[in-house]
This record gives sequence, structure tokens and C-alpha cells, in this order.
Amino acid sequence: MTDTQYDRAPGDATALPDVEQGTSSGVLVYTIGLGLAVVLTAMSFWVANTSLLWAGGVALGLTVLAIAQMGVHLVFFLHVTTGPDNTNNVMALAFGVLIVALVVVGSLLIMADLNDNMMPPTELMNLQMQH
Amino acid sequence: MNVAVAVDEEIRHETRPSASEAGPATKRVVVGYGFWIFLLSDIVMFSALFAAYAVLAHATAGGPKGVELFNQRSVAIETGCLLASSYTCGLMSMAIASRRYSATYLMAFITFILGAAFLALEIREFIGMIAIGAGPQRSAFLSAFFTLVGCHGLHVTAGLVWLAVMMAQVAIKGFRETVERRLLCFSLFWHALDIVWVWLFTVVYLMGVLS
Repeated sequence: MTDTQYDRAPGDATALPDVEQGTSSGVLVYTIGLGLAVVLTAMSFWVANTSLLWAGGVALGLTVLAIAQMGVHLVFFLHVTTGPDNTNNVMALAFGVLIVALVVVGSLLIMADLNDNMMPPTELMNLQMQH
Repeated sequence: MNVAVAVDEEIRHETRPSASEAGPATKRVVVGYGFWIFLLSDIVMFSALFAAYAVLAHATAGGPKGVELFNQRSVAIETGCLLASSYTCGLMSMAIASRRYSATYLMAFITFILGAAFLALEIREFIGMIAIGAGPQRSAFLSAFFTLVGCHGLHVTAGLVWLAVMMAQVAIKGFRETVERRLLCFSLFWHALDIVWVWLFTVVYLMGVLS
């Protein structure tokens, strides 16, 4: 065991492939991940179908649950950590998330703005009805 | 006393080279990182399809809406299949790391079956929708829906073919370094598909039923 800081391939649980890692602890990590993902998925389906929650907040709640589940997948299945051997992987991921956010939020904002500036179809219909 | 500690610290820092001084990274790290960047670019492409779907979600042109078309039970089963296959794929990477052939084949087989079940349910859903006249040509909403969900389905199909090819390679070539690197890329691909599906069932199926 040396002190050298190796880079780690994305998806690998350890920086040193030769080192014998405990098989049972690896299974435990995947099982915890599966359990958390199942709980979050079940919550998503419950939130979408229940009438107990304020309807206006449901979409936001679903988004938060999806982000949480994405985090569970990244940490427990893809083994993304904040360790120094993982810096390159995390930086690439952060850049990807930035572009995704720009594309999705930008498109939605621009299209919602365009929709607001268009005459609503009902108003058009009313104008036609008056003639 | 303090000086001694300071010198000691310095020596320890010198004996630990940083990542840039440790020499070139191993091929496994380079290949994995390259595939990681491909996956991120693939997800950026999906984000464009997601944006298109979100914009067109209400453009039904008088045709059927999402509420009338989506069957939540079938979506829940599809989600379960894909999540379980992601788990067995993780167990397969562990079997590969400890060079166990039978466990690798077993986990790959379960992963394949679960992925195929997901695909079968999705194709059944598509055929059902087209049969009632809700095909991709009906409205902008349905065009965006079939593009987005179909693109994910195509990725799953490619993943299944890839998995079958990899198992043939394991059987013929054994756990060579090249085969192991390809298996690493496959497991990254499969987990990434599950992350895309998390957003897909949230945005398309669950939020589509709300309004």
C-alpha cells in the first residue's frame, strides 16, 4: 500500500483494482442503494397519486425526489465520491449538469415567454364569434 | 520540537507524489473517463429531448392527453425492472472483479431478462397507443413523447445487444484486460440509462398525470 494518489475510473469502487476489497461490503453498498432507490420511487408514485398534499407543490416535490434518486444512483451505483482520486470524474459531471440545466431551463423560460406574448386561442375565438 | 515536526511533515509530503506526478494514468482509468464523457454528452442530448417534450406537453391538438394514455401500473413495473437490473448489473461488476465466471453469467442473465421485460412492456404500451390512434403523427405532444421514450428504449435495446456480446467475449476470451474494460463501460452505460429513466418516469408519466 503506497501513499500515491491514483486517479479512479468512473464506476470503480476503489482506486487500486489489485487490492482485494471485501465482497460483502460491496454487496452492502449496492443493496443500500437499491433500498433507497425503491423508497424514493415508491414515494414519487405516492406523491403523484395522493390527494393529501397541496396540488401546487406536487410537481416541485416530484422534482426533489428525482434529484435525490439521481444522487443515490450516482453515489451507490456509480461510486462517485468527493475524494481526490475522483476529481476529474466529478468535474466532468458538474459540467454536464450545467449544460443540461442551461438547455432545459433556458428552453422552458424562452418558450413560456413566447407563449405569454401570443394571443391566447380563446381570445381569438371570442373575436371571431363577435362577427 | 516544532521544527522537527515541520520537517517531518515536509518529508511526508515529498514522499507522496500528487496525481500529476504519479505518471500516466492506467488504461482502465483513461478508457473509463473517456466513456464517462461520452455518457455525459449522451445525457446532454437527452436533455434537448426532455426540453422539447416539456415545451410540447400541452400541445395535444385536440388529441388524447397523457392522463388518458398512461397506465401507471405498467410504468411502475417497468421502473422496478430497470432498477432491479441496475442492481444485478452492480453485482455482476463485483463478480467480474473477483473473477467468478458462474456468478458473472448468472447476474448478466438476470440483468438481460429484466432489461428485456422492461423493453417488452414499453413496446406493448407503444403498440396499444398506436392502435387507438395515438401514434406519433397525432399531435406535437405525442411526437415528442415517442421521440423521448423511444430514444431511451433504443438505448436499452443497444445495451441488451452489448451485454450479449460481452458475455460471448467472456466465454471465449475470458477475463482479459480489454474485456474487463469493456465490461466497465457497459456497467456505466447501464447505470446511466437508469438515471435517465428516473427523470423520464418523473417528468413524462407522473407529472403528465397531474395536469
